[in-house]
Amino acid sequence: MKLLTGNELGSGAVTWWTGSSWSIHVEDATDVGEHGEAILHAEEGARRVNAPYIIDAIATPEGPRPAHIKDRIRALGPTVRPDLTLKPADPAAGDWII
Amino acid sequence: MVEFRYRTDEVTEQPSVTLDAFLDQSNATAVRLEPDDDARALIPFLDRLTLIEVAFPKYRDGRGYSSARILREAGYKGELRAQGDVLVDQIAFMRRCGFDSFAPEASLNPDAVQKALSTYDHVYQNAADSAVPIWKLRHG
Amino acid sequence: MYKYDHYDQAVVDARVAEFRDQVNRRIAGEITEDQFKPLRLMNGLYLQLHAYMLRVAIPYGTLDSRQMRMLAHIARKYDRDYGHFTTRQNIQYNWIKLEECADLLEELASVEMHAIQTSGNCIRNISSDQYAGAAADEIADPRPWAELLRQWSTFHPEFSYLPRKFKIAVVASPEDRAAMRLHDIGLELVRQDGALGARVFVGGGMGRTPMIAPEINPFVKADDLLSYIEACLRVYNRYGRRGNIYKARIKILVHEIGADEYRRQVAEEFAHVKTLGIDPPLAELERISAFFAPPAFEATQAEPDRSDPDFAVWLDQNVKPHKQVGYAIVNISLKPIGGIPGDATSAQIDVMADLAETYSFDELRVTHAQNIVLPHVAKRDLYAVWQGLRDAELANANLDLISDIIACPGLDYCSLANARSIPVAQKIATRFADLDRQRDLGELKLKISGCINACGHHHAGHIGILGVDRKGVENYQLTFGGSGAEDVSIGKIIGPGFDEDGVVDAVEKATEVYKTLREGNERFLDTYRRVGLEPFKEAIYG
Repeated sequence: MKLLTGNELGSGAVTWWTGSSWSIHVEDATDVGEHGEAILHAEEGARRVNAPYIIDAIATPEGPRPAHIKDRIRALGPTVRPDLTLKPADPAAGDWII
Repeated sequence: MVEFRYRTDEVTEQPSVTLDAFLDQSNATAVRLEPDDDARALIPFLDRLTLIEVAFPKYRDGRGYSSARILREAGYKGELRAQGDVLVDQIAFMRRCGFDSFAPEASLNPDAVQKALSTYDHVYQNAADSAVPIWKLRHG
Repeated sequence: MYKYDHYDQAVVDARVAEFRDQVNRRIAGEITEDQFKPLRLMNGLYLQLHAYMLRVAIPYGTLDSRQMRMLAHIARKYDRDYGHFTTRQNIQYNWIKLEECADLLEELASVEMHAIQTSGNCIRNISSDQYAGAAADEIADPRPWAELLRQWSTFHPEFSYLPRKFKIAVVASPEDRAAMRLHDIGLELVRQDGALGARVFVGGGMGRTPMIAPEINPFVKADDLLSYIEACLRVYNRYGRRGNIYKARIKILVHEIGADEYRRQVAEEFAHVKTLGIDPPLAELERISAFFAPPAFEATQAEPDRSDPDFAVWLDQNVKPHKQVGYAIVNISLKPIGGIPGDATSAQIDVMADLAETYSFDELRVTHAQNIVLPHVAKRDLYAVWQGLRDAELANANLDLISDIIACPGLDYCSLANARSIPVAQKIATRFADLDRQRDLGELKLKISGCINACGHHHAGHIGILGVDRKGVENYQLTFGGSGAEDVSIGKIIGPGFDEDGVVDAVEKATEVYKTLREGNERFLDTYRRVGLEPFKEAIYG
């Protein structure tokens, strides 16, 4: 599957296209399929996202899992500071990344 | 087209020729320098030139800044124009390097340009402009 | 240390206002990200893997307690309560909001700090020897020269769009503590006929093609220096390659045209530039130098009381001789076992600020090995300093030992990275946690980079580790034999790469081989240089 991702302009937070809006949680991300570029341009043009781009991911029961480890680290947070990730209390979060 | 010009004389009418063409023919008064042209090739001819246009195909390519200073250092008094991918935030550096006219590909907001040129009252180093560097203000 | 006059302050204040305006225009949509990117980069603001990352300049690694406290305050107010000290003596914050950045910079400017030119294709922070002003072997304090260059390079109108970034280091001792030869320009202060001048090296660097800078000029007088460096930069700006970011540093130019030809071109340009009158009078260097006069040392002969064994261990490992009788140089390790190399919490930063103010004439240094130095501590105060550090978990006695690892942030933080570097550092440090074992191994500079950009300086590691991406999986190459000191050398890859646990095992095997083969006082590096790669390769690859 293809996910559309970018950053919030003001805060810099990593965001994911949900199909109708932007969420900081990759679980909310939707498969943009062939339409990624069109959505990207529309959202960037409307300034609802900064520096957007498209990545590969696989669908899993827990939600989309980015194909590359870099994107998984970006989705969740640094593996060496679980307290600074989006899931500080989740012991399985590290495994999800790696 | 020229959007900002900091000279009191008339704009030159003659179109600029490439450096190679200029070095071949002797009567052009306007030359265009690409980033990889050697500005020093013009030094013997500076008093004949009224316009030297320095191309900035991409703002990241900063070779034109050196070309400009070299020409001013050699005594060139004519119009020195920056043309191409010129953004408002480069104008101040370009002025300091000796550019006195600008032909940006994308139009610039005149207020933004004015602001850019008046942001810094002091500069640390000498360049092609007449600004007195801070070390000189300190020591007279 | 240097103190701003009203001109210096006006420059940083104007910069804050300019950046605030640029940010406002970006947020209002008046400029695109493409247009904004070079502007924010020239102010050290990256859009990084997790958020905006800000790199704050610490000129030649020197700061006082007031500035250190501000860094702690920034961490608390604008970030997540910690900062990361870098291999160029700067500090990085990883979670900055663009909409707060101008306020942050305004607070920094209030204590004479900034983030000017800490990124972008311009002249970056001038680095120097962390023991400047304290080491017995220096011929003069290199920092006034670094400050002169800092001012000259700030908003230099001709050199703000170079082919690539430009890094300058200044040292003044035969022992090179700043990896000077691995910089785009390295300056070594020397004396000739009683006059102070600089030996100029140009074309060093790490990254994809590591190179050691050749000497371009054996002696440039103080009042010719800026003209000469200007000439060096102009030749680079005009002729450096611009098509390929991996071939755009000055080291490639010097290598391709040859040092002789580069020297000739610089000499020609210098002869011209010298006529322009851009060199300040010596009075300016003297004015700056006055800020670096030695502190008011007391006459003291007191030696520290070694009866506390933990203190004694730290004393022997982390404390270095000072040129002033009765004083010492304290190294604070930011490499706790299992911790993140170079990171410090805001609380720890405050502790270091307090100790500096009380015990080190209000001065600290950041080292390119990502540690902190208190340069001027009276020996009679060493025990109190150690206690303060110990209570803040800053007293790890591992300076220059195998767990004193230089590691870039790696894939955990950096969008350029191919692999994580911090977990490797943590595993190695944990494997070698036993301090007696570390001390037995002795000086062993281990450096880890998460990608070929080599921000972890792995090429200069006695043992270097380079993280690569092998078909989507993190893999680690091992290099041996690098050094960033005056015996400068570039490490060699020893063979096929390893996974994370494999590289830790390989490092351990290498240390076993070293212990078997070492003679006399040889360091790991010396044994490797003497016996070559074969014995190590056999043990590691079987």
